[in-house]
Amino acid sequence: MDAASAAPTDVTIPEPPTIGALFTSFLGLGLIGFGGVLPMARRMIVEKRRWLTEAEFTDLLGLCQFLPGGNIINLSVAIGLHFRGVAGAVASLVGLIAAPSAIVIMLGVVYDRFQDDPRVQHLFAGLAAAAAGLLIAMAIKIALPLRTRPVAIVIAALCFVAIAVLRLPLLPTMIVLASLSIFATWRWQS
Amino acid sequence: MTAVLISLAAIFAELSLLAFGGGNTILPEMQRQVVDIHHWMSARDFSAMYALAQAAPGPNMMVVTLVGWRVAGWPGVIVTSLAKFGPSSILTGIVLKLWQRFKDRPWRRIVQQGLVPMTVGLVAASAALITQASDHEWSLAVITAACALVAVTTKIHPLWLLAAGALAGLSGIGLS
Repeated sequence: MDAASAAPTDVTIPEPPTIGALFTSFLGLGLIGFGGVLPMARRMIVEKRRWLTEAEFTDLLGLCQFLPGGNIINLSVAIGLHFRGVAGAVASLVGLIAAPSAIVIMLGVVYDRFQDDPRVQHLFAGLAAAAAGLLIAMAIKIALPLRTRPVAIVIAALCFVAIAVLRLPLLPTMIVLASLSIFATWRWQS
Repeated sequence: MTAVLISLAAIFAELSLLAFGGGNTILPEMQRQVVDIHHWMSARDFSAMYALAQAAPGPNMMVVTLVGWRVAGWPGVIVTSLAKFGPSSILTGIVLKLWQRFKDRPWRRIVQQGLVPMTVGLVAASAALITQASDHEWSLAVITAACALVAVTTKIHPLWLLAAGALAGLSGIGLS
């Protein structure tokens, strides 16, 4: 009802976030994001804080998916850098990983201290088995869209054999197969 | 100790720049380096570290921090974190400036599409290796299969499945 709500909503807030705000926002994100931070990140960055528009966010995410590293890690760096330069990038990244780092180390201490207790062993064994199941599910989900692309299936299978069966190093495998795959995509698909 | 830290830095800096498609693609290479080459821990311990990291909040690369801590304590945490998150972040910063210029070029889509089969192959390899190291009893294989099935067929939050797996393990059924 006031003047502010009458302003157009498709513009980002003109005032860029401070370094402190970047740090605390990503710190919060690191604490709440279980099993994938991305949906939470979109809500915080686009809807809650309005640092970026939907289109800007999607564009930046495209960059982060293109580059190596976790999407959300790259996104925190890109946003920090965009608003506050290198200091902003460092504040965002450190904010994002600070709390999860502390928590995994605490879990690691628990694991180390109690790993001789059979009940704790069983608990962690069950946890690891469940985590393996989630990885299998993820592999199935991302493999399904390839079913209409025979060349892609062959390359994915070669990659699997090279890494999981032959245990070849990642760097040479990646250089050979990624070049082949990119060439095949260029030759037959675009 | 310094030699270990240098090895950690070299391994994770390389992984940082090879992690196309996210953290799960580099698990096999991380396991190969940490378990097979440097013998810093057993394959079973490695998959336990991975599971712990999955049960924690935050980005899904936190297994890196845990490996660093396990191998070399606090200095290990600092070195692996810097090595894992530094190079890819610097690359992001550099490319951010060029992004506007090439994001609409056709080759950008071709490269990105071409990397997808690699991601699929690598995540499948991660799944195979972590499963192999985790399921040393038949009952654990049942937990893995059940979690995979439920995760593929429903939209249930992964944290519930991890909790259910941990509880099933705690029950001790089929475990020695």
